[in-house]
Amino acid sequence: MANRLLKRLVTTHPGLFERLDDYRNRRFAFLPSDLPFGFVVDPVKPSLRVFSKSTPFAVDAAVEGPLFLLLALLEGRLDADAFFFSRELTVTGDMEAMLAMRNALDDTGIDLTRDLAVFAGPFSGAATRAMVEIRKRVLKEKPPLWN
Amino acid sequence: MRMATLTLGPVYFLWDGPKWRDFYKKIAHEAPIARVVIGETICSKRNHFTAPYMEEVIVHLERAGKEVILSSPALVTLERESRLMRELIGEATRKVEANDLSALHLLAGKPHVIGPLVNVYNAATAKLLAARGAETICLPPELPFSSVEKIAAITGGADYEIFAFGRVPLAISARCAHARAKGAVKDNCRFVCGDEPDGLAVKTLDRQPFLTLNGVQTLSHSCQSLIGETADLTDAGIARFRLSPQDCDMSAVATLYRAVLDGAMEAGAAAERLEALYPAAPLSNGFHYAREGAAWIAKARTGQHQANS
Amino acid sequence: MELICPAGTPAAFREAVEAGADAVYCGFRDETNARNFPGLNFSRPELKQAIAYAKARGVQTFVALNTFMRAGDEDIWYRGAADAVAAGADALILADFGLMAHVAEHYPEQRLHVSVQASASNPDAINFLVEAFNARRVVLPRTLTIADIARIARQIRCEVEVFVFGGLCVMAEGRCSLSSYATAKSPNMNGVCSPASHVRYVAEGHDLVSKLGDYTINRFPEGEAAGYPTLCKGRFDLASTHAYAFEDPVSLDVMNEIDALTQAGVTALKIEGRQRGKAYVAEAVSTLRKALSATPQERTRLLTRLEALSEGGKTTTGAYEKRWR
Repeated sequence: MANRLLKRLVTTHPGLFERLDDYRNRRFAFLPSDLPFGFVVDPVKPSLRVFSKSTPFAVDAAVEGPLFLLLALLEGRLDADAFFFSRELTVTGDMEAMLAMRNALDDTGIDLTRDLAVFAGPFSGAATRAMVEIRKRVLKEKPPLWN
Repeated sequence: MRMATLTLGPVYFLWDGPKWRDFYKKIAHEAPIARVVIGETICSKRNHFTAPYMEEVIVHLERAGKEVILSSPALVTLERESRLMRELIGEATRKVEANDLSALHLLAGKPHVIGPLVNVYNAATAKLLAARGAETICLPPELPFSSVEKIAAITGGADYEIFAFGRVPLAISARCAHARAKGAVKDNCRFVCGDEPDGLAVKTLDRQPFLTLNGVQTLSHSCQSLIGETADLTDAGIARFRLSPQDCDMSAVATLYRAVLDGAMEAGAAAERLEALYPAAPLSNGFHYAREGAAWIAKARTGQHQANS
Repeated sequence: MELICPAGTPAAFREAVEAGADAVYCGFRDETNARNFPGLNFSRPELKQAIAYAKARGVQTFVALNTFMRAGDEDIWYRGAADAVAAGADALILADFGLMAHVAEHYPEQRLHVSVQASASNPDAINFLVEAFNARRVVLPRTLTIADIARIARQIRCEVEVFVFGGLCVMAEGRCSLSSYATAKSPNMNGVCSPASHVRYVAEGHDLVSKLGDYTINRFPEGEAAGYPTLCKGRFDLASTHAYAFEDPVSLDVMNEIDALTQAGVTALKIEGRQRGKAYVAEAVSTLRKALSATPQERTRLLTRLEALSEGGKTTTGAYEKRWR
């Protein structure tokens, strides 16, 4: 399921790959600080895995923060630097790779609601719906700071 | 090929007048140096410390057969500084070394020298400066040998000099970090930079020595030395080696470099002697190898340069 | 008064145009510009599209080729200039004399702007570049006071552009090798300062320690805003006291001085931040656009909003005010 989602994003936004350049071979983790699980992304495969934070995992770079910030980062709706400076987002590992990912995402214009709408049919799985639902909810709770 | 010569760069630090005068008298009598670049370069507020001794020192150096070049300010922002620059160049009876773009403007058409603080990164820039009257270009210290080689391959214009000894000038600011470190600001600094004739150490929070403050200038903690690379550099066409004064026996430093250039001393042994002469800072040569400037790359004693000679 | 806005990606470029930029500046995805960061900048086709997008909306595009050409590889920069000219750039922002001479000779009609990286900080320096290369505008170093700017503007024969918001260089720009001393990569040669490839954050107890290469640049106790380990913004041990040796991690903000800058003869105000996201660009540009036509009281209120965008959450008027020195 998660893999289909990523493949969909990669197909819809080919620029993401080009912009990642050499860093597409790296493995990235997105760690919502308010959830017991995280996401590992291998852009080159492409693969997206959900894993429990209690199991050990190996990645090249990781970013950790509240889910709503990670989602906003994914969609380029907020200035990651400002949140990094305020320490609401923490980056560990290969900074250069994560910077490339940040910049690539920023240019890509991912819109989760729109991009995931295609999954409404046969893949209307709980995860997809949950994500869209979470996004809606967090955005309602905490409107994007400057859009 | 003409035998490479040594140039003594300007004293970047604030030394009191008598110390400064005595330093140059010793250089005049003892150091195997062909050219001396002299004059306050870093901070226009310091001029009065050395001005009373300037004429005396120049006479001394010239009587000893040294060529004297007048240094000019590295950072010109105030009206007063612009005026000083125009006066210096307008009234100069000797060649001037440019360290800022304003000097390039005022020196156009006159024979002059380009100091290591002007950005010359390629042959196109070097050619342009030579066409405007530059006779010697001291290349920026951060330039790797791969670039030095390509620039120095241009003949018929200026001759080229390399920053071969001294803490590396890394940055300059309108703000005085040295005064700030001592609770003062630039406009009322009480010349606290004079307390450290070899600069004020900037260490990391782990107490690792890192940088050196000298008024508005920031230098490296390490002392760049290309004493092991002189053969490659002269082969590439470098005609002059600049020694930048530190608070140590610079005549002895010059004698070492001269011995290596003359083939009278092996570079590895010279580097060891150099460390003893200036124990305040570790040696570095990373910039030459396109590495971190702070790095020290030990050259094998049977280096390529020996195979070539 | 023109508002000159940064763009590190095509998306940020469109945001800048929509938010009210008079001109957007950007660079190619290589070492020819001083924001050569991973995942940032423009391919040739992207630049062409961006320029067309801007032109259709009456907005100019300036292309920064503001690093120093590596000896032997000058063609990379010459090609950059040729491609930017062909794509219809309204101005090239240059720092290297060799490149300026090349552009002045081969594209005499092309507007040439002097990058802040050229470090032209006084009238003689600027007039040198005007006479030698027909420079039409100079971006002044962030080391000058407003009084300095006014004095300089009176004595030069080209337009003046100054930085009003964003990251602040403490050192004279284009004359700093601190980064290459620690990491082998420099703004002048590689278009990067304190590169991410050499950055590490290490948790030590409750502290967050930032390192660049072999050096500790800062240590943040829990709860304190962290900063990127830019060398000149680090906390160091100076005569056994721990302090920001050069500058606190703050951003520049002199928009409150717009009227004084206008009177000083400034033509254009520049926002720093090609490395920042499109959200930063949108917010900074739209707010500063509004501030330009606002009353002084409204202006203060508008500018307060921008503080959240700043490094360390703090801003400074920097050298524009004399006490900073």
